[in-house]
Amino acid sequence: MSVSLTTPVWKRGLLFVAGASILSLGVACERRPATGGDTADTGEIVIGMYGSLTGDGASFGQSSREATELAVDEVNTAGGILGGRKFKLLVEDDQSKPDEAASAVTKLITQDKAVAILGEVASRRSLAAAPIAQRYAVPMITPSSTNERVTEVGDYIFRVCFIDPFQGEVLAKFAVNDLKAKKAAVLKDIQQDYSVGLTDSITRSFAALGGQVLDPVSYSSGDGDFRAVLTQIRSQKPDVVFVTGYYPEAAIIARQARELGMNMPLLGGDGWVGDALQNGREALNNTYISNHYSGDNPDPVVQNFVTTYTARFKREPDAIAALAYDAVKVLADAMTRANSTDGPKVRDALAKTDVAGVTGRLKINAKRNMEKPAVIQEVTFKDGKVKFVYKTTINP
Amino acid sequence: MQTFLQQTINGLSLGAIYALIALGYTMVYGVLRLINFAHGDVYMLGAFAGYFLANALQLDANPSILWAIVVTIGAMAICAVIGILIERLAYRPVRHHSRLTSLITAIGVSLLLEYGGQVVFGATPRFFPQMIRSRTFVLGGVQITNQSLLIILLAVAVMFGLHFIVHRTKIGKAMRATSYNLAVAKLMGINTDRVIAFTFALGSALAAAGGVMVALSIPRIDPLMGLMTGLKAFVAAVLGGIGNIPGAMLGGMLIGLMETALSATAYSTYRDAVAFGVLILILLFRPAGILGTSGTDKV
Repeated sequence: MSVSLTTPVWKRGLLFVAGASILSLGVACERRPATGGDTADTGEIVIGMYGSLTGDGASFGQSSREATELAVDEVNTAGGILGGRKFKLLVEDDQSKPDEAASAVTKLITQDKAVAILGEVASRRSLAAAPIAQRYAVPMITPSSTNERVTEVGDYIFRVCFIDPFQGEVLAKFAVNDLKAKKAAVLKDIQQDYSVGLTDSITRSFAALGGQVLDPVSYSSGDGDFRAVLTQIRSQKPDVVFVTGYYPEAAIIARQARELGMNMPLLGGDGWVGDALQNGREALNNTYISNHYSGDNPDPVVQNFVTTYTARFKREPDAIAALAYDAVKVLADAMTRANSTDGPKVRDALAKTDVAGVTGRLKINAKRNMEKPAVIQEVTFKDGKVKFVYKTTINP
Repeated sequence: MQTFLQQTINGLSLGAIYALIALGYTMVYGVLRLINFAHGDVYMLGAFAGYFLANALQLDANPSILWAIVVTIGAMAICAVIGILIERLAYRPVRHHSRLTSLITAIGVSLLLEYGGQVVFGATPRFFPQMIRSRTFVLGGVQITNQSLLIILLAVAVMFGLHFIVHRTKIGKAMRATSYNLAVAKLMGINTDRVIAFTFALGSALAAAGGVMVALSIPRIDPLMGLMTGLKAFVAAVLGGIGNIPGAMLGGMLIGLMETALSATAYSTYRDAVAFGVLILILLFRPAGILGTSGTDKV
């Protein structure tokens, strides 16, 4: 194809875009050794965190950053690791967008020479960034991405939370055993790997327990009007409705469901944990979620974390914060055992992790996942505030 | 049957939102032959203006219909000024260039407002204060909230109001004259600059009213909220016949009903694809839209 001035504007634009992408591909393929932060064996250890500090998932990003900073400061004030070397934490905002997550991690590794990566919360964004960490052989720990495919990206990708096949089973068990549900509807966010994966596992587990699951209905992140899908669900009279997406939509879905006279229990996963959930107001009563940890657990490890976090950030930590905190501690432990910040060595040490964390015993299995119990919490809305009240613990 | 009725109500509530925005698209197009792609973003600015006003008055804690009206009028005034500024700064300088130049400028303004909005307001969604508490009316098993009802009524009122302004008032006559032939209208002593500024002010004020009403019903607002809604409203305007005021209403309602019908089936995944599929079909088979007339364009 020849480009002349008579070529239509859009064709020239297309060629320009194509040319630019080829150029940027060339740049991206140029590998650099990822050991930059390690060259001076006595200097600071650069670690990078990427997260959704703004955008739809802002609550996730803020909680993660606060808890990550807290944990990093604790490691540093305790004298650092590897003979007094301190962590230097760099934080990048991905604006809740997968492509931004990928470029944030590329920047952290190639420009800032981070030797380890922490993040993300949303599985979709972890899935976008994980291949980059894998390619540069930099260990990445996602604190709270529960979609099972995340750690399947490669042997440098780890997580400190449970996975969705388990979370779906927990939710289905609770619905069948405690709520005596026989017929369930599932609402999924087709744009989020997390929601799609969780929907599959809930459907499978609920059916295995003898329940009937209606055809899943879907929406997209950012939607605001769920009345059509909810009306469809209402006509089939389910005993419970699973809302497998994230908190911004869950709040509106709860509200519109109640407006339509649907007063059955609503259930969600850990994706419901976010400050904007409070916009669901009274509609949140009679809803339940599965979660990683409960702040009212009397275990001194948990209470100590809750006290220090609350003192510093003037609010109680949520489960996302607890996991981000644990991720830093797991990383520090692995580097100490590896006695190095070298990618492959840290990876091998991470694979043998077995420490006690705020969210329970952190033992990484052969698939680089964790087998941890989950808690069920009842969501309540009283005096303008959302509260997660501990109901029960379900073991794997 | 009850479900069918409920879905029809749902579709009409959603359609009314598209119709409200489509009315603004159509009016500006009718006068200027310009597709004002920034219209959806003015709608977003209206919602944000309402958000800040309502929070300043602390209406979330003390809901009041009277103050809600004040907030809506305030947001309309702010957006009318923004509309005039956009026209003065972005569109007027390129008015005498080719149609394509204006169109590209409009896309530029749209992107400026969206991403400028992300800088100023932040990308994190905000929740609109409940100035009017949601109440549900039940009629024969069919639920409708007072907020949805308000949107439908507003869309109908705006449609008749616009029709009246364009066809029964002096400024409306001037608008039609400007639309027919700008140069001749000027020769006849019409201050076309003022007519066009008025058109933008009116369109933007309507978008703001829509933004506030929609934010009441769907309380989540963010700087990109005008993007998808605006595009679908554009499809609605084209479907009804762009430039035709009742057509915008009809197109909006049809798109709303279509989306709702699709959401109610197992094909809810394809909801967004349908609106744009409709755009392609209508442009292929009836470019003038349902109510539009394909008269010869006088340029």
